[in-house]
Order: sequence, then C-alpha cells, then structure tokens
Amino acid sequence: MTPPDRPAALRAEGVGVTAGGRALVREVSLEVAPGEVVVLAGPNGAGKSTLLRVFYRALRATSGRVTLDGDDVWRMPGRRLARRLAAVPQEAPGEFELTVYEVAAMGRTPHKRAFEGDDAADRRVVMGALEDLDVAGLARAPFDRLSGGEKQRVLIARALAQRAGTMVLDEPTNHLDLRHQMDVLRLIRGLGVTAVVALHDLNLAAAFCDRICVMDAGRPVAIGRPAEVLTPALLAEVYRVDAEVTLHPRTGTPRVVVLPGEPERR
Amino acid sequence: MTRTAPSRPRADTAPVRRGRVPYVPLLIVFAAAVAVTATAGIAAGSVPLPFGEVWAILLHRLHPSLAEPTWTAVRETIVIDVRLPRVLLCAVVGAGLSVCGMALQALVRNPLADPMLLGVSSGATVGAVVVVVFDVSLLGVFSLPLAAFSGAFAALVLVYLLARAGGRMTTVRLVLSGVATAEVLSAVASGLIITSGDPHKTDAALRWMLGGLAGTTWDLVGIPAAAVLFGTGVLLGVSRPLNLLLAGEEAAAALGLDVHRFRGALFALVALMIGTIVAVSGSIGFVGLMLPHAVRLLVGADHRRALPAVALLGAAFLIAADLAARSVIAPQEIPIGILTALTGGPFFLWLMRRRAAR
Repeated sequence: MTPPDRPAALRAEGVGVTAGGRALVREVSLEVAPGEVVVLAGPNGAGKSTLLRVFYRALRATSGRVTLDGDDVWRMPGRRLARRLAAVPQEAPGEFELTVYEVAAMGRTPHKRAFEGDDAADRRVVMGALEDLDVAGLARAPFDRLSGGEKQRVLIARALAQRAGTMVLDEPTNHLDLRHQMDVLRLIRGLGVTAVVALHDLNLAAAFCDRICVMDAGRPVAIGRPAEVLTPALLAEVYRVDAEVTLHPRTGTPRVVVLPGEPERR
Repeated sequence: MTRTAPSRPRADTAPVRRGRVPYVPLLIVFAAAVAVTATAGIAAGSVPLPFGEVWAILLHRLHPSLAEPTWTAVRETIVIDVRLPRVLLCAVVGAGLSVCGMALQALVRNPLADPMLLGVSSGATVGAVVVVVFDVSLLGVFSLPLAAFSGAFAALVLVYLLARAGGRMTTVRLVLSGVATAEVLSAVASGLIITSGDPHKTDAALRWMLGGLAGTTWDLVGIPAAAVLFGTGVLLGVSRPLNLLLAGEEAAAALGLDVHRFRGALFALVALMIGTIVAVSGSIGFVGLMLPHAVRLLVGADHRRALPAVALLGAAFLIAADLAARSVIAPQEIPIGILTALTGGPFFLWLMRRRAAR
C-alpha cells in the first residue's frame, strides 16, 4: 500500500483574493506546522472558504502565495499537488450515476497515469478509507441516493484515498450527526496530517484543534490556542453575540455557550 | 441503539447498483450487435445477398485464400464499393456521435448536453446549405463536406469566444452561447433555403439537414474515420480526468486537474470530431444524447467502462437505423435523422420513466 505522504508545512504569505471589485480575502498570512491542525472560524462571508480554495488551487490568489514545504502550490503540476494535499470541498457530484465506491476511488486519480488501471492496492486504499468513514457498507450504492451526512463522509473518504500528508477541509462536519462529527475530527487528528479545517462549531474546534484562526471580513483577527482565542470579548466583536466561555470540568477545553440577547455595547 | 452500531449493517439493505450488468459480456454483446447489423446492412438492398456470401466476399478481399470466389463481379462491387463504405461510415458516425455526446455531457456536467448543443451542427448546416443553394463546386465531391466542416468549425470558434468573454469559461455560459449560436445559424440556414426559390435546391438542402448517408463512397470514409478513431483514443486516455469533471469543478481542481485548460482542449477535440462527422452525415439528432444515457444506466458513469461500450452501441445503432431508413419505403429513403428521432425519443422517455419507477 502506498504510504501516506508526510505532513508538510503549509504557509499562506500575504494572500489576497479580489473578485468583482470586492476583497474576499485580504493579506492573510498563516503558517501551519507539519502535523498541526488549525481551525478556521468566523462568521459567514468571512473568507474561510475562499482562503481554503486558494490552498487547493480551485482559485488563484490575486496577491501573495501559498507554499507547501516552501514550494509554491501554483508552480507545481496539479497532479503532484494533489498527491501532497487533499481537499474536501463543499460541493458534491450529482446527476450522474456514480456509486459511492466510484466517487471515493477518484481520490486515486492523482496517483495514476493515462490508461493505468486500478490495482488491488488502490482498491484496498479506497475500501480502507470508506471503512474509516463508516460508509464501506454503502460502497455499491448510488452516491446521489445517500443522505447529506453520508455523502459528506464519502467525500472525506475520497480525500483520505489521496493519501496526502496535508488536508484542507471545508466544513467537513456540517451535515454530520454528533457521533460522526466526533469520529471525523478524531480520525483527522489521528492521521497525523497537517490540516486546515473550516468549522462553525467552536466547541468542536476547541476540542480537536491545536490553534484556531478566527477570520472576519477577509482577514484573521485572532489566532492562537483555543483557550487564548475564544474569549467573550472576541466573540462579541466578531460574531456580535453575548457568549460565556468556561473551561470544561472534565476535559479542560474551553466551552462556549451563546446566551440569548444582544451583546453589551462597549 | 448503542454506539457500536455503525451504518455497516445497512450493507444488505443498502440500495445496490441499479440494473448494472456484467461489463465484459455486455461489451461482447455490443460487438456482436455491430457485426450482425453490419452484415445485415451489407446484405440488404435492391439486390439482396445471403449473409454467408457477404462474409465470403469480405474475407476473400481480406485475403484471397480465406474464401473461394463463387459470386459474380457485380456482386463483389456492390459489397465492396457500394454497401461496405456506407455501413462503415454509419459505424463511424454512430460511434463518434455517441462518444462525443458522452464526453460533452461530462464536460459541461449536464446530462442533457448533446453534440448539437455547441452550435456545431447548425454551423455545418449553414456551410452545406451555402454550397447547395449557390451551386458551389470548386472542390468536386469534397465541396459540401468541406463547407460543412468550415461552418462547424467557425461555429465552434464563435461559441468558444462567446463563452470565454470576460475570462473564465463557465458551463452555463458555454451552454447558453451554444444554444444562442445554434438558433441564429439555423435561422440563417432556413433563410437561405426559403429565399433560394428553387424547389430542387430546397429539397436537397432539407434532406441534408435531416441527415443521411446515401451515396457514400470510400472517399468520404477516411477523414471522419480517422478523426473518430483518434478522438476516441484520446478520450479513453483522459477518461480518469473526465471522471473527475463529474465530481464538479472544485473537486476536480482539488484532485489535480487544471479544469479550464482541460475543458478547453477537450472542447476543441470534440468539436473537431463532430465537425468531420456532421460534414458527411448531416445533423443526426438524438444519438449523442440518448446512447450515452442508455450506456450509463447499464455500466455506470465511469468513462473507462462507458466510452468503449457507447462507441460499440452507437455504431450498431446507427447501422441499424440506416438499414431501416433505406428499407422501410424502398426504393425511397427516409432521412435517417427522422428515424433516430422517431425511435430515439420514445425509447429515451421509456428509459427515464423506468428509471424513475425503481
């Protein structure tokens, strides 16, 4: 079986994205160490997905650059990048008759040349990824008949099948039930890969990530360990909510509770 | 329910692949269908020939020791110079349209895409109609196919430029420019025909527009055959990236595909194939829309499996359709485009309803 690529250092250097005269991401510099898990948080439209799309080359940055172990991601062939960096975008295939297995097996494409078939090792990688995501039993089912959460797990399995050392995930848990939310994040953590994950659930983020980067209006406003970043003041400023942050008595991780009502005006 | 109950037990209740059939036997059946329809296509006509004689003549031509000549020279001429090129061209056109349809559906990620969508066939029609109406005969038998090809290619360039205007080429813009260009060019062709004022020319142009392969000679087979073989080979080589497009642009990019460049290149390849096909056959509708669907229902959407199957099925289908077109009201011929639409439409609807009912 192909060993997974080793985790790389992912760096954004002054990344800016302007579309239609609107700055979606401004001057973002972010450094993710090998094996580190960083959560991107922030309100809708803060630029999280846009930044992630620059990472996996779905979008070219207007300014700045993204490097993987020092190599500019736009200066290498797409296939080589896809062997080192896997992504879970939000969009899912539809309309065509693809089975769950076929969707997940697409993850092997960057490892394959033209006319090269799938071998037993590929099938093991794909089935292993489906098993990791608890959807192996659905391998022969048509993808478009799955529930939203099952689809999402298949797309994560596709990224796992890439065996890349770095992963970029755009809200990988938004359709998942509580148990699978935990499972997916624990799995990613356990892979030892470098990961950047856009996530709305701050409690989930606090429990699983090394650092949180909170974005607002296209730029990072706070970055650091969950306990440092998740403060009532920041939540009031960025999300405009009145929130209480306590440390969980059993796990010691920050726990955010949003209270009804407007935050106090400063 | 305990937390050790994952969704795996659903394996037995999970929906299995609907109606998929074993691949290799299916491919053999399709290949046999090509052989049978081709034999029938060569055997049938004003001078009917027995199947055995058809094969004997073909084998003898392949190598004289393979069959003892027991037939007249006239019969050999009928098989080799009259019916064989026509049947071969049918196979090429059928396979080419089906393969192009399947590739286009992936390229624009829309199962309703059809080779006629790019405006290519309307462009070809304008070229052909100009030749027919204005009696252009600069290049002999090649005047019409060349004019049709030029029209097709001009339409392609136009659609491509329109779709690209303002940078990125999006699927929606590609489809819209194709549809709009097709409409305008159809109007131009119809206008030319109506104002020509010569019933013979009108009839000839109309027949061309409805598609047909009557009067095919060996001269006309070579170029489309080469284009279709080359194009199908290339598409098979890029069938993995083609699969990625089904997953969407974002996912395809994340899996290492330069989506815009890939789509532009394949768009040109497919247009080249369709251009050479339409130039010799006129616009034959429904083949490129219907057969890819039928094949995907049978073997799934993976292009590595679906492309060879759709090429064979397309060849067999069009040979059979052409056979029907020239036998139903013999010695008259029905334009083949009418037949493909008449049989294809209902078949397509039946397939769709059957699928929905599952």
